[in-house]
Amino acid sequence: MNFDFSDAQKALKKQTRDMLRSACDLTVPRRVFEDSSESYSKDVWAALVDMEAPATAIPEEYGGIGFGYLELCAVAEEVGRSLAPVPFSSSVYLATEAILMAGSEEQKKEFLSKLATGEAIGTFALSEGPGLVTANSLSVTYAGGKLQGTKSPVPDGDIADFAVVVAEGTTGSCLALVDLTGDGVSRKPVDTVDPSRSHAAITFDGAPAQLLGSEGAGWDLKNRVFDRAAILFAMEQLGGADACLQMAADYSRGRYAFGRPIGSFQAIKHKLADVYIRNELARANNYYGAWALSTDAAELPMAAAAARVGSIEAYQFASKENIQTHGGIGFTWESDCHLFYRRSKLLSLSIGSARVWKDRLVSALESRNAA
Amino acid sequence: MDFNDTPQQAAFRTEVRSWLEANAERKVEGKRGLNRRIDSEKGLAIAKVWQAKKAAAGYACLGFPEEYGGQGRPLFDQIVYDQEEEQFDVPRSFFAIGLGMCAPTMMTYATEEQKQRHIPPMVSGEEVWCQLFSEPSAGSDLAGLGTRAVQDGDDWVINGQKVWTSGAHYSDWGILVTRHDRSLAKHKGLTFFFLDMKSPGVEVRPIKQISGASDFNEVYFTNVRIPDSQRLGGVGDGWTVSLTTLMNERLAVGGAPPPDAMDLFKLAASTQLEDGEPALADRAVREKVADWYVQAEGLRHIRSRALTALSRGEAPGPEASISKVVSAPKLQDISAYGMDLLDIGGSIIGDEAPADSAFQNGYLYAPGLRIAGGTDEILRNIIAERVLGLPGDIRVDRDKPFEDIPTGR
Repeated sequence: MNFDFSDAQKALKKQTRDMLRSACDLTVPRRVFEDSSESYSKDVWAALVDMEAPATAIPEEYGGIGFGYLELCAVAEEVGRSLAPVPFSSSVYLATEAILMAGSEEQKKEFLSKLATGEAIGTFALSEGPGLVTANSLSVTYAGGKLQGTKSPVPDGDIADFAVVVAEGTTGSCLALVDLTGDGVSRKPVDTVDPSRSHAAITFDGAPAQLLGSEGAGWDLKNRVFDRAAILFAMEQLGGADACLQMAADYSRGRYAFGRPIGSFQAIKHKLADVYIRNELARANNYYGAWALSTDAAELPMAAAAARVGSIEAYQFASKENIQTHGGIGFTWESDCHLFYRRSKLLSLSIGSARVWKDRLVSALESRNAA
Repeated sequence: MDFNDTPQQAAFRTEVRSWLEANAERKVEGKRGLNRRIDSEKGLAIAKVWQAKKAAAGYACLGFPEEYGGQGRPLFDQIVYDQEEEQFDVPRSFFAIGLGMCAPTMMTYATEEQKQRHIPPMVSGEEVWCQLFSEPSAGSDLAGLGTRAVQDGDDWVINGQKVWTSGAHYSDWGILVTRHDRSLAKHKGLTFFFLDMKSPGVEVRPIKQISGASDFNEVYFTNVRIPDSQRLGGVGDGWTVSLTTLMNERLAVGGAPPPDAMDLFKLAASTQLEDGEPALADRAVREKVADWYVQAEGLRHIRSRALTALSRGEAPGPEASISKVVSAPKLQDISAYGMDLLDIGGSIIGDEAPADSAFQNGYLYAPGLRIAGGTDEILRNIIAERVLGLPGDIRVDRDKPFEDIPTGR
């Protein structure tokens, strides 16, 4: 039984944490949050690229460093803890994974090396405005090598160089790779609850695109990419939840009311114990997800959904109870509490909400039990 | 990261498995086996035979030192044994409190002669032990206990009452914490003993629980004499000694019995709702199943993390402390929800009830689990103070003489 990260993986995690602590204290996400002209922190992105973070799980033959997914999970947790305002999830968990999974040899050669070096930023476009998109409701179409329609909100859609788009093809759904700097693409920033992460509405009007994977396989590929991305998102969420717990516990030790630290009251103790309990359950599920991801285990769909559900709920709970523990000061613009509160909601909605993942989890259990 | 045994662990597992194959039957799904509720006298007799067999083969207490009947093996080997034994139909253990809590306390505080006399028969199941701690006025606030010990020559004379004593009615020996001086502050006036449960003046009365079962007792002490040689720790050290016992309790009390999330999954798959569809097709039911599955899996993986630490010879991390505080309310909620799926028929308990009445039994058992071995509330205090480093509560009674502390009566 060795259900733990290795010493080298722990060292990588610490190195990432130390780097982000100095390059990305909370003034950095706040600056991106408050300054609408800055879509992401170029400095933090450059620092992550410098330590080869986007190249972590990309095989060496495609220009990566071929570490693997346990290493990527370790980095993701720290990205989440620091609220790094960078396109890491879009480019690494989604675009990179989609190309690794469905790309032809040529596509892998062309795109992965650029993603690994940060030369290109990729993203993944599924949503078509408020409401659930399903395999049967896709309005963006792909025909004759061209995309038509609007995707919104697309994470990092205003800054990404290319996107993997889920579209309705001529024989069912497909994934299409599109150059966002090319013809037939117009993009408009979209305001979201978390302005420290930029989003855009992208309208395709005959934009030239290439198929990624086979036509008709789009929805299935999307699901498989999301299963893998779910674990990486969950690690980010865990990092954020942990940061909230730390913040709330620190505050409750130092804030006095009724002549004593508020952390000595059981109302606060039990609240924060509950936050801890949820975080640790999420951590355990995430580590299992990390193992399943790194070994391509048959348990991956269950493990991914459990990690995702647990981490959504842990981060949502930790971020709201962090504000509650802070009291009035936690509700002010100046307090950092709302940066986490906003991010936790954004992440809970990216790649499907808890409601969607709970259903996927039970479906995965049904498939397992039927087998 | 992997879930494999080391070569040594794998070899030990093979050895244990073949011994179990030769000496016990594998569990059969749907068959009740030896572990079903049977009256304690008959159950104890069967359990003693099994324990003696294990002890003779050296498997009874793998982690104990050899001179006291163990094998001095790493704690992880005990877990390997338990994991394997779990697959077999063996009697429920009547020895967990003795071996898990009393024995470590004796090993720390008893004389060498006492250890030689008492620990081997505990290991072999010949003598059963119980733990006499809680009182009617001292549960979560254990140090508020009032059972009196008065020194009289070479003996102590005990008067008072203990409660929630598991297995007192069939125990041969017990460990006991008492108050020897009411004028001292509450944690300072305590003294600890072990005693023969057949001593004159010890009266055991079973408690009937809400389920109707009687797993616990009240124990009354009327002028019970205990030799001073059976004192564990110094006069006034009772609290320190109790903490040794309780530290081991946290290791001994962990999971919960079924039903768990997958039992609910199976029930929901085989139960119809209004529209004739299985309950599991209902989106609301699916969400509930998913929520509990995520909790159950989280606990399973936390256990794997603890086993990893033990396998390396390290102490498990603080996350291991959350097992009971999650699993007990989960048991209560899953049980209640499973009954809901069966509509008014969910109230039926007995042969007609699905899953061998597991949901109904769980419903009636879970409230006790949320209280025993540290209530939900006390466990949250412990997590907040020891793991998160939050300040202790203000104790209005800590420095007062015990006799001046208000009791509300």
